[in-house]
Parts: sequence; C-alpha cells; structure tokens
Amino acid sequence: MAVRRSGTATKDAAGRFGAYGGRYVPETLIPALEELEAAYAKARRDPKFQQRLRELFRTYAGRPTPLFFAQRLTKMLGGAKIYLKREDLLHTGAHKINNCLAQGLLVERMGKHRVIAETGAGQHGVATATVCALLGFECVVYMGTEDMRRQELNVFRMRLLGAEVRGVSSGSCTLKDAINEAMRDWVTNVRTTHYLLGSVLGAHPYPTMVRDFQSVIGREARAQILKAEGKLPTAILACVGGGSNAIGIFHEFLNDKKVTLIGVEAGGRGTKLGDHAARFRGGSPGVLQGTYSYLLQDEAGQVATTHSVSAGLDYPSIGPEHAALKDSGRAEYVSASDVEALEATTLLARTEGIIPALESAHAVAELVKRAPKMKKSEIVIVNISGRGDKDIGIMRENLKLEGNHPQT
Amino acid sequence: MPFHFENKPALVAYVTCGDPDLATTRDVILAAIEAGADVIELGVPFSDPLADGPVIQRASERAIKHGTSLSQVLKLAAEIREHSQAVGLVVFSYLNPILRMGMAKFCSVARYAGVDGALITDLPVEEAGEYLRQMEKNNLAPVFLAAPTSTDARLRRVAGASRGFVYAVSRTGVTGARQQMPEDAAALVARIRSYTALPVAVGFGISTPEQFRAVGKFADAAVIGSAIVQIIEQNPGREAVTVAQFIKNLRE
Repeated sequence: MAVRRSGTATKDAAGRFGAYGGRYVPETLIPALEELEAAYAKARRDPKFQQRLRELFRTYAGRPTPLFFAQRLTKMLGGAKIYLKREDLLHTGAHKINNCLAQGLLVERMGKHRVIAETGAGQHGVATATVCALLGFECVVYMGTEDMRRQELNVFRMRLLGAEVRGVSSGSCTLKDAINEAMRDWVTNVRTTHYLLGSVLGAHPYPTMVRDFQSVIGREARAQILKAEGKLPTAILACVGGGSNAIGIFHEFLNDKKVTLIGVEAGGRGTKLGDHAARFRGGSPGVLQGTYSYLLQDEAGQVATTHSVSAGLDYPSIGPEHAALKDSGRAEYVSASDVEALEATTLLARTEGIIPALESAHAVAELVKRAPKMKKSEIVIVNISGRGDKDIGIMRENLKLEGNHPQT
Repeated sequence: MPFHFENKPALVAYVTCGDPDLATTRDVILAAIEAGADVIELGVPFSDPLADGPVIQRASERAIKHGTSLSQVLKLAAEIREHSQAVGLVVFSYLNPILRMGMAKFCSVARYAGVDGALITDLPVEEAGEYLRQMEKNNLAPVFLAAPTSTDARLRRVAGASRGFVYAVSRTGVTGARQQMPEDAAALVARIRSYTALPVAVGFGISTPEQFRAVGKFADAAVIGSAIVQIIEQNPGREAVTVAQFIKNLRE
C-alpha cells in the first residue's frame, strides 16, 4: 500500500518534523495547499484510490522492484553482505514515478487538468510527463538551463512525451531556480493547476505526502530482506538531494532502532560554500521555497549556489524530515565527492553490470568506504534510486578527463 | 501607528533597496516622499524571490551582487526617518534574511530605526506566532497579504492579525505591471472590509494614473512597485528625478 502510515518516530502533525517543515508560502497559495491536504487526506482513506495506485504500481511502473544480492561487489569489498534495492528498474528509470503516479491520481480527484513540475536531473520531469501522458493532463516542466545542457537526453524524452519544457536561466540555472519559476507559475494559475512537486520538499503537505508515496520502497525492502536473510540489515544507504528516495527507504525502518540509516549528500568538488551541496556540513536552519530546514546560505541569509556533478543532488536545502532525523540522531548524514561518485559508478558497472544514476552513485561511494569495515555477518542495503542512462554524456565528459587532468 | 491614508488613495511606493546602490535608493525614496508618497516599502533583496516577476527579480540580483543586506536596509530606514517624520516605513522582505538576523533582533533594530511595520511575503498568519509576539513587543505593525484565493475564514484571520493596514493582492500571480485591473480586486477589498476597519491597500500590477485612480474608488491606498523599480532600471543616473515625476503624474 502506497499511502498507509507506518509506525513513525517523527512527528508530522501540522506539517512539522520537530522544529522543521511548515508552510512558508505567499498567501495566494495557501488555499491550494489546504485543498491538496484535504484531497490527500480523503484519498488515503479511500480503498478505490489505494487499489488503483497499487494496480498502476504493479502493471505500469513495475513494482515490486527486486532486492538484489550483489555477490561480486560483496566479495570485492570484503565486508558486509550487500543488497541493492533496484528502483532503477522502474518505468522511466527512477523512483520518481512512484510519487508522480500517486499525485497524478490526486490531480484527477481534484478535477484539475494542468500539471506543472520542476526537475533537476530530469528524472522527475520525465516521470511527470509520463504520468500526464497516461492520465491526459497538460504538462509544463521547468528546468534550469544548466541542467538542460547536462541532461539533454531527458529534455528530449519529456518533449517526446508531449510536455513543454521551459528553460530557467536565473540564479544558478539549476533545480532551485526551476522551483522558483514553477512556484511563480503556480501562484499565477493556481485555480486550474496542480504543482507536482518531486521531492520531500516545499510547504506542507508535500514533505509528508511525498514521503508516504515513496515509502513503498522501504516496505518492500523490509519484507524482501526478511525473506532473503531472516533478519534486518545493519545499515541502509541512500543518496539525499531533496531526499525522497532516502525517506522512501528509511521510513519503514525508523522504529527498527538497530538499523543504521545513512544519507549521502553531494560533496561536490570541495568544502567551500558554492562548491558542494552538503547541507548538513555547511548549512544552517532557514526557510527556502516553503519549508524550514537546513540551508546553505551566507551571513545575510541569501541562499548559496551549489555544485554537484549530479543534477539531482544539486540543491541548497534538504527535506525537513531529514533535518529532524539528523538532529535526533536517528539517521546519519555523510557526503561523497564528484570524483568518488564517478569512481563508484565505474565500480558498480564493472562488478555487477549495473550503471547507476550519478545521484545513486553517491550512496555506492559511501558503501565503498563503509562495507569493508563491517563484519561479514552484517547486511547493508543500498538504494539504487535511478539508472545511469541519462548521465552517459556527463560520465563520458568526466571520466575522459580522468587521467588527463586532475579533477578540481 | 503613523500610517497616513488621508489621501484617497494614499500612495505606497515600493523600492528594491540597493538597486543600483544604497545611496541612489536613499535619493529615490526622499524624492518619492517629496513627490507625494505616503508610505515607503523598503524591499529587502533576496536570492530567491518566488513571488516576484522579472523586474523585481532583476533588481534583487543587482542589489545582492554588491552585498545589500537586511542590516543595511535598516540603516537606510533610520536615515530616511531623520528626513521625514510623517512618512510610513514598511520593511518588505522574504522570511529568510530576517530569520538569519533573528526575529527578536530584527524587530528591535527596526523599531530603533524608526520603522513602522513589516510585510513578510512568505510568512502566512499560521506560521507567524513568534513574529507577531516580537512585533507587538516593539510596537510595530505586521501587515499581512490577503489574496483573491483566500477563503472568508482566512480573510478573517489575516485581517485580525494585521496592524496598520491590510495588503490586498489584486490578482493571482507575481508582482509586475498589467494592462488591466482585474475585477477580483474590488471584490476582495469589499470582503476584507467586512472583517476589519483597518485601511486596505491594493497592490500587484498597478502602473498607470488610470489604474491608480480606479483603485482609489474602492481602496484606501495603492501600492506601486514594479513600475518604480523599472523606472530606476531604465534611467541610470536620473533615478530620483524620473521616479518623482512618475509619482506626480500618478497624482494628477
């Protein structure tokens, strides 16, 4: 079930996770958020909605996704037994489709016909365009021009699916700026338009709702590992941009206190502000785009630019539930650099025949550091949130540089 | 609260502080007051102005490029206050720069700078608990936005929490000039008046004398923002003179 609430260690009453979350948007949007909150509350109790979503997950998206034992990688790293949760096998190539199908069904229920979305790596944009084609909605996707350049293939896919892709050339020309522009569209067309936000970000109810839709990942993984091994894993690893794939796999394990949850942020090309997207290393609490969470910002409260080789992690804030999990210590957060992620991509490709998305490769990079230090009796699950097809161009660019020039 | 809305409509002038630089902003504001502006909205530039159209986005980028900060805007407010006791001064900001300074510090510095009130674009009433406490403690007026999409229940809350005046957003959308004032605006003002005796200012998209007069028929004040910011952008070196002339034209 996609929207059943499992036992939870985090508070989400009134959209708060500890001190984080909330609803910080202009007044014009509040009624739309209230409408969405009510529609979602009603839908989650409606067996017809749940049934339809389950059917689409199974027959359209390709759920459940396998939990794969990575035998060669386990042997090579010489420590913990490694399992991969294969979200990369889903239709459209990443976990994003889970949330898009569910929100798409909500759009139908609310009687709206126009959908807008932001996208970074393009995976959420493609998933949104796909669902709009499936359900017959008009679709506009906002995407930073820098991201359009590095994720050219996904731009074409969205257009092929009938979506209009609008380039955003303000600020850093990446995900943050695409969200600003999507919110400007929404505030203008709010009466007819649904904003299909792609991560556990933004104003309430998005962080809670998107988490519920993505938590199918962890529910499956928990049942699958119990079946395969008869016990829970020692650790779970996932990359964190906004944080929807990470929350998706973490959530079902929150009450399993012995399971270590590890989120991996983008360490980029250095530790200087502007060179990375490691919010927990260089950020402090602040409000951006509707939510109160950790934020990379300067002394005056201006939001910093970020850098990551992976467009999907290139964002200055992080989902508010992650901020609460970080503060409470229930999850830990580390970072992996561009170079480490690229190396991990090659490693996974050559040991298991799986080319991960550059986002997911950050989680693999942490696995490479951690697994050898763990006992052979321990189990670790890595969420392979997406596949690397979209990144072939950028991989070629960067992997070609390796050996010729030092990476900066 | 010293907001003077005797003129019908009163004129509320918005400027993005620090565009092109703070000295020019100061000259523009003093000229605007001289030309008949009743209230000045001191716009604090923010890196992610998601409620603003392209004109104010560009102005914010220019102002941030040379480091215009909230504390500088508050210093500017103190300078303006020295020159004019009568004008109303409202700090117009997104929430994050204020959070970064600290809500208590912001309110107390604003008070000593001679500011009368504040409007925080992305802070709706239900998130405003601490803000309202600090504003009240410092005898400052919190001004909230009311939108055409707001339900009656929300308008009641917005009107109840506001002091000084209520800011009615003329239409759904971002800031910036439009050809016509939508029907929405008059209906919204009428709905707000059923919940409060406070003056109501209408903003978003007002740029011509005709629109200004039209708003005067149903509202107490009209907010002119992007039109002024655009004049500043297009008249380098003559910002204060051209803004003053524009304001006089609106009044005639």
